[in-house]
Amino acid sequence: MPEMTFRIWRGDSSGGAFAEYRTEVTEGMVVLDAVHAIQAEQAPDLAVRWNCKAGKCGSCSAEVNGRPKLMCMSRCGDLPPGETVTIEPMKAFPLLRDLTTDVSSNFRAKMAVKPFKPRPPDAPDGTWRMDQADIDRPQEFRKCIECFLCQDVCHVLRNHEKHDSFIGPRHFVYAAALEMHPLDTENRLADLKGEQGIGYCNITKCCTKVCPEHITITDNAIIPLKERVVDEFYDPVKKLFRIFRPGNARR
Amino acid sequence: MTRTDVPLPQHQGFGATSRRDAWWAQPLLVFLGLSAFVVYSTWAAFQGVEYHFSGRGANYLSPFYSPELFGDSPHAWFGPKPTWYPTWLPWSPALLILWAPAGFRFTCYYYRGAYYKAFWADPPNCAVGEPRSGYRGEHTFPLILQNIHRYFFYLALLFIVILSYDAWRGFWFADADGGERLGVRLGSIVLLVNVILLSGYTLGCHSLRHLVGGGLDRLSGRPVRKKTYDCVSCLNRGHMRWAWASLFWVGFTDFYVRMCAKGVFTDVSIIG
Repeated sequence: MPEMTFRIWRGDSSGGAFAEYRTEVTEGMVVLDAVHAIQAEQAPDLAVRWNCKAGKCGSCSAEVNGRPKLMCMSRCGDLPPGETVTIEPMKAFPLLRDLTTDVSSNFRAKMAVKPFKPRPPDAPDGTWRMDQADIDRPQEFRKCIECFLCQDVCHVLRNHEKHDSFIGPRHFVYAAALEMHPLDTENRLADLKGEQGIGYCNITKCCTKVCPEHITITDNAIIPLKERVVDEFYDPVKKLFRIFRPGNARR
Repeated sequence: MTRTDVPLPQHQGFGATSRRDAWWAQPLLVFLGLSAFVVYSTWAAFQGVEYHFSGRGANYLSPFYSPELFGDSPHAWFGPKPTWYPTWLPWSPALLILWAPAGFRFTCYYYRGAYYKAFWADPPNCAVGEPRSGYRGEHTFPLILQNIHRYFFYLALLFIVILSYDAWRGFWFADADGGERLGVRLGSIVLLVNVILLSGYTLGCHSLRHLVGGGLDRLSGRPVRKKTYDCVSCLNRGHMRWAWASLFWVGFTDFYVRMCAKGVFTDVSIIG
Protein backbone atom coordinates (compact mmCIF):
# COMPACT_ATOMS: atom_id res chain seq x y z
CA MET A 1 0.00 0.00 0.00
CA PRO A 2 1.32 3.50 -0.81
CA GLU A 3 2.41 5.85 1.93
CA MET A 4 1.73 9.57 2.16
CA THR A 5 3.52 12.20 4.20
CA PHE A 6 1.41 14.49 6.38
CA ARG A 7 2.75 17.70 7.89
CA ILE A 8 0.50 18.40 10.86
CA TRP A 9 0.52 21.43 13.13
CA ARG A 10 1.35 20.44 16.69
CA GLY A 11 1.14 22.96 19.47
CA ASP A 12 -1.04 24.99 21.76
CA SER A 13 -1.55 28.60 22.77
CA SER A 14 2.06 28.86 23.94
CA GLY A 15 3.48 27.93 20.53
CA GLY A 16 4.11 24.99 18.28
CA ALA A 17 5.57 23.62 15.08
CA PHE A 18 4.80 21.30 12.21
CA ALA A 19 5.49 17.58 12.68
CA GLU A 20 5.80 15.14 9.78
CA TYR A 21 4.21 11.69 9.76
CA ARG A 22 4.13 9.00 7.13
CA THR A 23 1.23 6.61 7.00
CA GLU A 24 -0.28 4.09 4.62
CA VAL A 25 -3.14 5.30 2.50
CA THR A 26 -5.67 2.96 0.92
CA GLU A 27 -8.23 3.65 -1.74
CA GLY A 28 -11.19 5.71 -0.51
CA MET A 29 -9.41 7.04 2.57
CA VAL A 30 -10.10 10.62 3.58
CA VAL A 31 -7.70 12.98 5.37
CA LEU A 32 -9.48 12.37 8.67
CA ASP A 33 -8.82 8.61 8.29
CA ALA A 34 -5.13 9.37 7.81
CA VAL A 35 -5.12 11.64 10.89
CA HIS A 36 -6.80 8.87 12.89
CA ALA A 37 -4.21 6.36 11.66
CA ILE A 38 -1.40 8.72 12.74
CA GLN A 39 -3.14 9.23 16.07
CA ALA A 40 -3.49 5.47 16.60
CA GLU A 41 0.01 4.48 15.50
CA GLN A 42 2.37 7.41 16.04
CA ALA A 43 0.87 10.34 17.96
CA PRO A 44 -1.72 9.29 20.54
CA ASP A 45 -1.72 12.81 21.99
CA LEU A 46 -2.69 14.45 18.68
CA ALA A 47 -5.81 16.55 19.33
CA VAL A 48 -8.42 16.45 16.60
CA ARG A 49 -12.15 17.15 16.83
CA TRP A 50 -14.46 14.87 14.88
CA ASN A 51 -17.78 13.16 15.17
CA CYS A 52 -19.85 11.88 12.24
CA LYS A 53 -17.22 11.30 9.55
CA ALA A 54 -19.99 11.94 7.03
CA GLY A 55 -19.79 15.68 6.39
CA LYS A 56 -22.82 16.44 8.52
CA CYS A 57 -21.60 17.39 11.99
CA GLY A 58 -19.12 20.10 10.99
CA SER A 59 -16.60 19.09 13.65
CA CYS A 60 -13.47 18.19 11.67
CA SER A 61 -12.92 21.58 10.02
CA ALA A 62 -9.26 22.29 9.30
CA GLU A 63 -7.03 23.58 6.56
CA VAL A 64 -5.74 20.99 4.13
CA ASN A 65 -2.95 22.36 1.94
CA GLY A 66 -4.04 25.85 2.92
CA ARG A 67 -7.70 25.38 1.96
CA PRO A 68 -10.41 25.34 4.63
CA LYS A 69 -12.08 21.92 4.40
CA LEU A 70 -13.83 19.21 6.32
CA MET A 71 -11.16 16.54 6.77
CA CYS A 72 -13.78 13.81 6.49
CA MET A 73 -14.80 15.05 3.04
CA SER A 74 -11.28 15.45 1.65
CA ARG A 75 -10.21 12.31 -0.17
CA CYS A 76 -6.51 11.49 -0.02
CA GLY A 77 -6.75 10.39 -3.65
CA ASP A 78 -7.72 13.91 -4.68
CA LEU A 79 -4.54 15.41 -3.22
CA PRO A 80 -1.44 15.93 -5.37
CA PRO A 81 0.29 12.50 -5.50
CA GLY A 82 3.73 12.26 -4.00
CA GLU A 83 3.52 15.60 -2.25
CA THR A 84 3.47 16.26 1.48
CA VAL A 85 0.01 17.17 2.72
CA THR A 86 -0.15 20.10 5.15
CA ILE A 87 -2.89 20.01 7.78
CA GLU A 88 -3.41 23.06 10.00
CA PRO A 89 -6.09 24.22 12.41
CA MET A 90 -8.53 26.92 11.33
CA LYS A 91 -6.74 30.25 11.53
CA ALA A 92 -9.62 32.57 12.30
CA PHE A 93 -10.09 31.15 15.81
CA PRO A 94 -7.95 30.89 18.93
CA LEU A 95 -5.92 27.71 18.98
CA LEU A 96 -6.65 25.17 21.72
CA ARG A 97 -4.27 22.38 20.75
CA ASP A 98 -3.00 20.81 17.53
CA LEU A 99 -5.94 20.79 15.12
CA THR A 100 -8.58 22.02 17.55
CA THR A 101 -9.64 25.63 17.91
CA ASP A 102 -11.97 27.54 20.19
CA VAL A 103 -15.00 28.32 18.05
CA SER A 104 -17.12 29.60 20.93
CA SER A 105 -17.06 33.17 19.58
CA ASN A 106 -19.45 31.88 16.93
CA PHE A 107 -22.03 30.88 19.49
CA ARG A 108 -21.84 34.32 21.10
CA ALA A 109 -22.21 35.94 17.69
CA LYS A 110 -25.25 33.78 16.97
CA MET A 111 -26.91 34.82 20.19
CA ALA A 112 -26.57 38.45 19.12
CA VAL A 113 -28.93 37.83 16.19
CA LYS A 114 -32.53 38.52 17.19
CA PRO A 115 -34.42 35.21 17.40
CA PHE A 116 -37.39 34.03 15.35
CA LYS A 117 -40.52 36.03 16.10
CA PRO A 118 -43.50 34.51 14.29
CA ARG A 119 -46.75 36.28 13.54
CA PRO A 120 -49.83 35.10 15.50
CA PRO A 121 -50.91 31.56 14.51
CA ASP A 122 -53.09 31.24 11.41
CA ALA A 123 -55.35 28.53 12.85
CA PRO A 124 -57.13 28.13 16.21
CA ASP A 125 -54.98 25.09 16.98
CA GLY A 126 -51.90 27.33 17.10
CA THR A 127 -50.47 26.32 13.72
CA TRP A 128 -49.38 28.35 10.70
CA ARG A 129 -49.79 27.95 6.97
CA MET A 130 -46.90 28.56 4.60
CA ASP A 131 -46.40 28.12 0.90
CA GLN A 132 -43.41 25.96 -0.07
CA ALA A 133 -42.34 28.63 -2.56
CA ASP A 134 -41.91 31.08 0.31
CA ILE A 135 -39.89 28.75 2.48
CA ASP A 136 -37.51 27.57 -0.27
CA ARG A 137 -35.03 30.36 0.42
CA PRO A 138 -34.75 29.89 4.20
CA GLN A 139 -34.53 26.12 3.66
CA GLU A 140 -31.30 26.52 1.71
CA PHE A 141 -29.79 28.29 4.71
CA ARG A 142 -31.03 25.59 7.09
CA LYS A 143 -28.58 23.18 5.46
CA CYS A 144 -25.77 24.89 7.39
CA ILE A 145 -23.88 22.40 9.60
CA GLU A 146 -21.97 25.09 11.47
CA CYS A 147 -18.55 23.84 10.46
CA PHE A 148 -17.41 27.52 10.49
CA LEU A 149 -15.22 27.05 7.42
CA CYS A 150 -16.87 30.17 5.96
CA GLN A 151 -15.91 32.11 9.09
CA ASP A 152 -12.39 30.73 8.83
CA VAL A 153 -11.83 31.77 5.22
CA CYS A 154 -13.46 35.19 5.58
CA HIS A 155 -10.59 37.68 5.50
CA VAL A 156 -12.51 40.14 7.69
CA LEU A 157 -12.18 37.65 10.55
CA ARG A 158 -9.10 35.73 9.45
CA ASN A 159 -6.80 38.64 8.55
CA HIS A 160 -8.41 41.65 10.16
CA GLU A 161 -9.79 39.95 13.30
CA LYS A 162 -12.96 42.02 13.40
CA HIS A 163 -14.74 39.47 15.59
CA ASP A 164 -16.11 42.30 17.72
CA SER A 165 -17.74 44.22 14.90
CA PHE A 166 -18.52 41.62 12.23
CA ILE A 167 -20.56 38.48 12.79
CA GLY A 168 -19.31 36.73 9.65
CA PRO A 169 -20.89 34.72 6.84
CA ARG A 170 -22.27 31.90 8.99
CA HIS A 171 -24.32 34.34 11.00
CA PHE A 172 -25.44 36.31 7.98
CA VAL A 173 -26.81 33.02 6.68
CA TYR A 174 -28.53 32.53 10.03
CA ALA A 175 -29.90 36.08 9.98
CA ALA A 176 -31.07 35.63 6.37
CA ALA A 177 -32.90 32.41 7.27
CA LEU A 178 -34.84 34.34 9.90
CA GLU A 179 -35.17 37.61 8.03
CA MET A 180 -36.57 35.96 4.86
CA HIS A 181 -38.83 33.56 6.74
CA PRO A 182 -42.46 34.13 5.71
CA LEU A 183 -43.71 33.91 9.30
CA ASP A 184 -41.07 36.08 10.92
CA THR A 185 -41.97 39.62 11.96
CA GLU A 186 -38.71 40.78 13.51
CA ASN A 187 -36.57 43.49 11.90
CA ARG A 188 -32.82 42.82 12.14
CA LEU A 189 -31.61 45.35 9.58
CA ALA A 190 -30.40 47.99 12.04
CA ASP A 191 -28.33 45.35 13.84
CA LEU A 192 -26.95 44.02 10.57
CA LYS A 193 -25.90 47.49 9.47
CA GLY A 194 -24.56 48.46 12.89
CA GLU A 195 -22.95 46.14 15.40
CA GLN A 196 -23.09 43.06 13.12
CA GLY A 197 -21.14 44.91 10.42
CA ILE A 198 -22.53 43.58 7.15
CA GLY A 199 -20.81 46.52 5.43
CA TYR A 200 -17.43 44.94 6.15
CA CYS A 201 -18.20 42.14 3.72
CA ASN A 202 -16.54 42.99 0.40
CA ILE A 203 -18.08 40.10 -1.51
CA THR A 204 -15.01 37.97 -2.14
CA LYS A 205 -17.28 34.89 -2.24
CA CYS A 206 -14.62 32.86 -0.41
CA CYS A 207 -17.31 31.74 2.05
CA THR A 208 -19.42 30.33 -0.78
CA LYS A 209 -16.43 28.51 -2.25
CA VAL A 210 -15.61 26.60 0.96
CA CYS A 211 -19.15 25.73 2.07
CA PRO A 212 -19.39 21.90 2.22
CA GLU A 213 -23.18 22.16 1.99
CA HIS A 214 -22.91 24.28 -1.16
CA ILE A 215 -24.99 27.10 0.29
CA THR A 216 -24.75 30.10 -2.03
CA ILE A 217 -23.84 32.27 0.93
CA THR A 218 -22.84 35.46 -0.85
CA ASP A 219 -25.45 35.64 -3.60
CA ASN A 220 -28.43 34.24 -1.72
CA ALA A 221 -27.84 35.45 1.84
CA ILE A 222 -25.35 38.29 2.19
CA ILE A 223 -26.11 40.35 -0.93
CA PRO A 224 -29.91 40.14 -0.40
CA LEU A 225 -29.35 41.30 3.19
CA LYS A 226 -27.12 44.13 1.94
CA GLU A 227 -29.90 45.13 -0.45
CA ARG A 228 -32.44 45.14 2.39
CA VAL A 229 -30.09 47.35 4.40
CA VAL A 230 -29.89 49.70 1.38
CA ASP A 231 -33.71 49.78 1.28
CA GLU A 232 -33.88 50.70 4.93
CA PHE A 233 -31.00 53.14 5.31
CA TYR A 234 -29.49 54.38 2.06
CA ASP A 235 -32.13 54.56 -0.67
CA PRO A 236 -33.88 57.97 -0.56
CA VAL A 237 -36.67 56.86 -2.90
CA LYS A 238 -37.49 53.87 -0.71
CA LYS A 239 -37.52 56.15 2.30
CA LEU A 240 -39.98 58.38 0.48
CA PHE A 241 -42.19 55.38 -0.28
CA ARG A 242 -42.21 54.44 3.38
CA ILE A 243 -43.60 57.88 4.27
CA PHE A 244 -46.62 57.19 2.10
CA ARG A 245 -46.80 53.45 2.79
CA PRO A 246 -45.94 53.00 6.46
CA GLY A 247 -45.57 49.49 7.86
CA ASN A 248 -43.38 46.61 6.87
CA ALA A 249 -43.37 46.44 3.08
CA ARG A 250 -41.49 43.13 3.06
CA ARG A 251 -44.34 40.94 4.18
CA MET B 1 -18.40 39.34 21.50
CA THR B 2 -14.94 38.91 22.96
CA ARG B 3 -11.86 37.17 21.73
CA THR B 4 -8.84 35.81 23.48
CA ASP B 5 -5.61 36.56 21.70
CA VAL B 6 -3.34 33.56 21.51
CA PRO B 7 -0.44 32.75 19.19
CA LEU B 8 -1.71 31.06 16.06
CA PRO B 9 0.15 29.41 13.21
CA GLN B 10 -0.82 32.44 11.13
CA HIS B 11 0.57 33.25 7.74
CA GLN B 12 1.20 36.95 7.99
CA GLY B 13 2.13 39.24 5.15
CA PHE B 14 1.24 39.73 1.55
CA GLY B 15 0.80 36.48 -0.34
CA ALA B 16 1.56 34.23 2.63
CA THR B 17 -0.44 31.02 2.39
CA SER B 18 -0.24 27.24 2.63
CA ARG B 19 -2.15 26.90 -0.62
CA ARG B 20 -0.29 24.88 -3.22
CA ASP B 21 -2.39 25.78 -6.23
CA ALA B 22 -1.83 28.75 -8.56
CA TRP B 23 -3.97 31.05 -6.39
CA TRP B 24 -2.46 34.09 -8.09
CA ALA B 25 -3.71 33.07 -11.56
CA GLN B 26 -7.35 34.13 -11.14
CA PRO B 27 -6.68 37.64 -9.74
CA LEU B 28 -3.96 38.11 -12.35
CA LEU B 29 -6.37 37.24 -15.17
CA VAL B 30 -8.97 39.61 -13.71
CA PHE B 31 -6.34 42.33 -13.41
CA LEU B 32 -5.21 41.88 -17.01
CA GLY B 33 -8.77 41.58 -18.36
CA LEU B 34 -10.13 44.65 -16.60
CA SER B 35 -6.98 46.68 -17.27
CA ALA B 36 -7.11 45.86 -20.97
CA PHE B 37 -10.75 46.92 -21.11
CA VAL B 38 -10.18 50.16 -19.21
CA VAL B 39 -7.22 51.10 -21.41
CA TYR B 40 -9.05 50.32 -24.66
CA SER B 41 -12.37 51.92 -23.67
CA THR B 42 -10.62 55.08 -22.41
CA TRP B 43 -8.67 55.34 -25.66
CA ALA B 44 -11.82 54.75 -27.71
CA ALA B 45 -13.86 57.23 -25.68
CA PHE B 46 -11.35 60.02 -26.25
CA GLN B 47 -11.11 59.45 -30.02
CA GLY B 48 -14.39 61.22 -30.85
CA VAL B 49 -14.19 60.03 -34.46
CA GLU B 50 -14.91 56.82 -36.43
CA TYR B 51 -17.52 55.66 -33.95
CA HIS B 52 -20.28 55.20 -36.51
CA PHE B 53 -20.40 53.44 -39.84
CA SER B 54 -22.71 54.32 -42.68
CA GLY B 55 -20.91 52.60 -45.54
CA ARG B 56 -23.23 50.90 -48.06
CA GLY B 57 -26.23 52.33 -46.24
CA ALA B 58 -25.40 50.82 -42.80
CA ASN B 59 -26.56 52.37 -39.51
CA TYR B 60 -23.99 51.17 -37.00
CA LEU B 61 -23.17 53.18 -33.90
CA SER B 62 -20.51 52.14 -31.39
CA PRO B 63 -22.06 51.25 -28.00
CA PHE B 64 -19.44 53.48 -26.34
CA TYR B 65 -21.11 56.44 -28.07
CA SER B 66 -24.75 55.47 -27.68
CA PRO B 67 -26.86 57.45 -26.96
CA GLU B 68 -25.02 60.15 -28.86
CA LEU B 69 -26.50 63.21 -27.19
CA PHE B 70 -24.38 65.71 -29.08
CA GLY B 71 -22.09 64.93 -32.00
CA ASP B 72 -21.44 65.05 -35.68
CA SER B 73 -22.93 61.73 -36.77
CA PRO B 74 -26.51 61.26 -38.01
CA HIS B 75 -27.23 59.48 -34.70
CA ALA B 76 -26.86 62.66 -32.60
CA TRP B 77 -30.04 63.45 -30.66
CA PHE B 78 -29.52 67.17 -30.14
CA GLY B 79 -27.15 68.16 -32.93
CA PRO B 80 -23.43 68.96 -32.92
CA LYS B 81 -21.18 69.78 -29.95
CA PRO B 82 -22.95 72.49 -27.93
CA THR B 83 -21.42 75.97 -27.89
CA TRP B 84 -21.68 76.12 -24.10
CA TYR B 85 -19.34 73.12 -23.68
CA PRO B 86 -16.20 74.36 -21.85
CA THR B 87 -13.29 74.71 -24.24
CA TRP B 88 -10.80 73.54 -21.62
CA LEU B 89 -12.55 70.18 -21.29
CA PRO B 90 -11.66 67.41 -23.73
CA TRP B 91 -14.58 66.68 -26.01
CA SER B 92 -16.01 63.41 -27.22
CA PRO B 93 -19.67 62.33 -27.33
CA ALA B 94 -18.69 59.23 -25.34
CA LEU B 95 -17.51 61.29 -22.37
CA LEU B 96 -21.06 62.57 -21.82
CA ILE B 97 -22.54 59.12 -21.30
CA LEU B 98 -19.90 56.49 -20.48
CA TRP B 99 -19.92 57.34 -16.77
CA ALA B 100 -23.29 55.59 -16.43
CA PRO B 101 -22.40 52.08 -17.70
CA ALA B 102 -18.96 52.47 -16.09
CA GLY B 103 -20.64 53.26 -12.77
CA PHE B 104 -22.93 50.26 -13.16
CA ARG B 105 -19.99 47.92 -13.66
CA PHE B 106 -17.86 49.59 -10.98
CA THR B 107 -20.56 49.16 -8.32
CA CYS B 108 -21.65 45.69 -9.53
CA TYR B 109 -21.49 43.09 -6.77
CA TYR B 110 -19.55 40.65 -8.95
CA TYR B 111 -16.97 43.17 -10.12
CA ARG B 112 -16.53 44.54 -6.61
CA GLY B 113 -15.43 41.16 -5.30
CA ALA B 114 -13.23 40.65 -8.36
CA TYR B 115 -11.40 43.97 -8.38
CA TYR B 116 -10.99 44.16 -4.61
CA LYS B 117 -8.93 41.00 -5.04
CA ALA B 118 -7.18 41.80 -8.31
CA PHE B 119 -6.40 45.50 -7.83
CA TRP B 120 -6.38 45.97 -4.07
CA ALA B 121 -5.33 42.51 -2.84
CA ASP B 122 -8.07 42.67 -0.24
CA PRO B 123 -7.55 39.68 -0.10
CA PRO B 124 -5.37 38.59 -3.06
CA ASN B 125 -7.35 35.35 -3.02
CA CYS B 126 -9.14 33.18 -0.48
CA ALA B 127 -6.93 32.19 2.48
CA VAL B 128 -3.99 34.26 1.22
CA GLY B 129 -2.27 36.94 3.29
CA GLU B 130 -2.92 40.62 2.65
CA PRO B 131 -0.49 43.52 2.26
CA ARG B 132 -2.11 45.77 4.89
CA SER B 133 -3.58 45.38 8.35
CA GLY B 134 -6.17 48.19 8.35
CA TYR B 135 -9.58 47.44 6.89
CA ARG B 136 -12.84 49.37 6.54
CA GLY B 137 -14.54 47.40 3.79
CA GLU B 138 -17.81 48.89 2.59
CA HIS B 139 -18.76 49.84 6.13
CA THR B 140 -17.66 53.47 5.89
CA PHE B 141 -16.71 56.14 3.36
CA PRO B 142 -15.68 55.85 0.57
CA LEU B 143 -16.78 52.31 -0.26
CA ILE B 144 -20.12 52.74 1.48
CA LEU B 145 -21.00 54.64 -1.71
CA GLN B 146 -21.16 51.27 -3.50
CA ASN B 147 -24.71 51.12 -2.15
CA ILE B 148 -25.67 53.44 -5.01
CA HIS B 149 -25.58 50.42 -7.33
CA ARG B 150 -29.36 50.21 -7.86
CA TYR B 151 -29.43 53.75 -9.25
CA PHE B 152 -26.78 52.86 -11.79
CA PHE B 153 -28.91 49.83 -12.60
CA TYR B 154 -31.85 52.09 -13.50
CA LEU B 155 -29.57 53.98 -15.89
CA ALA B 156 -28.16 50.75 -17.31
CA LEU B 157 -31.71 49.58 -18.08
CA LEU B 158 -32.24 52.76 -20.06
CA PHE B 159 -29.06 52.03 -22.01
CA ILE B 160 -30.33 48.54 -22.85
CA VAL B 161 -33.45 50.08 -24.42
CA ILE B 162 -31.32 52.49 -26.47
CA LEU B 163 -28.82 49.82 -27.52
CA SER B 164 -31.71 47.53 -28.51
CA TYR B 165 -32.93 50.28 -30.82
CA ASP B 166 -29.39 50.63 -32.21
CA ALA B 167 -29.26 46.87 -32.83
CA TRP B 168 -32.63 47.06 -34.62
CA ARG B 169 -31.36 49.95 -36.75
CA GLY B 170 -28.34 47.79 -37.56
CA PHE B 171 -30.62 45.54 -39.62
CA TRP B 172 -31.85 48.40 -41.83
CA PHE B 173 -29.81 49.67 -44.75
CA ALA B 174 -30.36 52.81 -46.82
CA ASP B 175 -31.22 52.32 -50.47
CA ALA B 176 -29.91 54.44 -53.33
CA ASP B 177 -33.46 55.79 -53.81
CA GLY B 178 -33.62 57.14 -50.27
CA GLY B 179 -35.66 54.26 -48.78
CA GLU B 180 -34.56 51.54 -46.36
CA ARG B 181 -34.48 47.76 -46.70
CA LEU B 182 -34.08 44.99 -44.18
CA GLY B 183 -30.86 43.02 -44.34
CA VAL B 184 -28.32 41.15 -42.31
CA ARG B 185 -24.63 41.88 -42.34
CA LEU B 186 -21.90 40.84 -39.99
CA GLY B 187 -22.19 44.21 -38.23
CA SER B 188 -25.92 43.59 -37.61
CA ILE B 189 -25.04 40.34 -35.83
CA VAL B 190 -22.24 42.02 -33.84
CA LEU B 191 -24.65 44.73 -32.59
CA LEU B 192 -27.36 42.16 -31.83
CA VAL B 193 -25.03 39.88 -29.85
CA ASN B 194 -23.83 42.97 -27.99
CA VAL B 195 -27.30 43.90 -26.77
CA ILE B 196 -28.14 40.27 -25.92
CA LEU B 197 -25.03 39.91 -23.76
CA LEU B 198 -25.50 43.31 -22.12
CA SER B 199 -29.13 42.42 -21.39
CA GLY B 200 -28.12 39.08 -19.88
CA TYR B 201 -25.68 40.89 -17.63
CA THR B 202 -27.97 43.79 -16.70
CA LEU B 203 -31.10 41.68 -16.14
CA GLY B 204 -29.19 39.33 -13.84
CA CYS B 205 -28.22 42.21 -11.55
CA HIS B 206 -28.42 41.50 -7.80
CA SER B 207 -30.21 44.81 -7.22
CA LEU B 208 -32.85 43.93 -9.81
CA ARG B 209 -33.27 40.53 -8.19
CA HIS B 210 -33.95 42.29 -4.93
CA LEU B 211 -36.28 44.86 -6.46
CA VAL B 212 -38.47 42.37 -8.36
CA GLY B 213 -39.07 40.06 -5.43
CA GLY B 214 -36.00 39.33 -3.35
CA GLY B 215 -36.96 42.07 -0.94
CA LEU B 216 -40.21 40.31 -0.13
CA ASP B 217 -40.60 37.43 2.30
CA ARG B 218 -43.66 36.07 0.53
CA LEU B 219 -43.93 35.68 -3.23
CA SER B 220 -46.77 33.16 -3.21
CA GLY B 221 -49.94 34.79 -4.46
CA ARG B 222 -47.85 37.13 -6.63
CA PRO B 223 -47.34 34.99 -9.76
CA VAL B 224 -45.87 37.71 -11.97
CA ARG B 225 -43.31 38.79 -9.39
CA LYS B 226 -42.48 35.17 -8.58
CA LYS B 227 -41.87 34.37 -12.25
CA THR B 228 -39.82 37.55 -12.71
CA TYR B 229 -37.79 36.77 -9.59
CA ASP B 230 -37.12 33.24 -10.85
CA CYS B 231 -36.02 34.56 -14.26
CA VAL B 232 -33.69 37.16 -12.76
CA SER B 233 -32.33 34.55 -10.33
CA CYS B 234 -31.62 32.26 -13.27
CA LEU B 235 -29.59 34.97 -15.02
CA ASN B 236 -28.01 35.95 -11.71
CA ARG B 237 -26.53 32.47 -11.28
CA GLY B 238 -24.36 33.14 -14.33
CA HIS B 239 -23.73 36.80 -13.52
CA MET B 240 -19.96 36.45 -13.68
CA ARG B 241 -20.05 34.82 -17.11
CA TRP B 242 -22.50 37.42 -18.43
CA ALA B 243 -20.29 40.16 -16.97
CA TRP B 244 -17.16 38.99 -18.78
CA ALA B 245 -18.86 38.04 -22.04
CA SER B 246 -20.65 41.39 -22.28
CA LEU B 247 -17.51 43.30 -21.29
CA PHE B 248 -15.48 41.66 -24.02
CA TRP B 249 -18.20 41.97 -26.63
CA VAL B 250 -19.02 45.62 -26.00
CA GLY B 251 -15.34 46.41 -26.54
CA PHE B 252 -15.27 44.23 -29.64
CA THR B 253 -18.40 45.94 -31.02
CA ASP B 254 -16.72 49.34 -30.74
CA PHE B 255 -13.62 47.86 -32.38
CA TYR B 256 -15.68 46.35 -35.21
CA VAL B 257 -17.54 49.61 -35.95
CA ARG B 258 -14.28 51.54 -35.73
CA MET B 259 -12.49 49.18 -38.12
CA CYS B 260 -15.41 49.35 -40.56
CA ALA B 261 -15.36 53.15 -40.36
CA LYS B 262 -11.61 53.17 -40.97
CA GLY B 263 -12.07 50.88 -43.95
CA VAL B 264 -9.95 48.13 -42.42
CA PHE B 265 -12.84 45.63 -42.13
CA THR B 266 -15.32 44.90 -44.89
CA ASP B 267 -18.82 44.51 -43.46
CA VAL B 268 -19.80 41.16 -44.99
CA SER B 269 -23.39 40.77 -46.24
CA ILE B 270 -25.19 37.67 -45.00
CA ILE B 271 -28.79 38.25 -46.17
CA GLY B 272 -30.00 40.97 -48.49
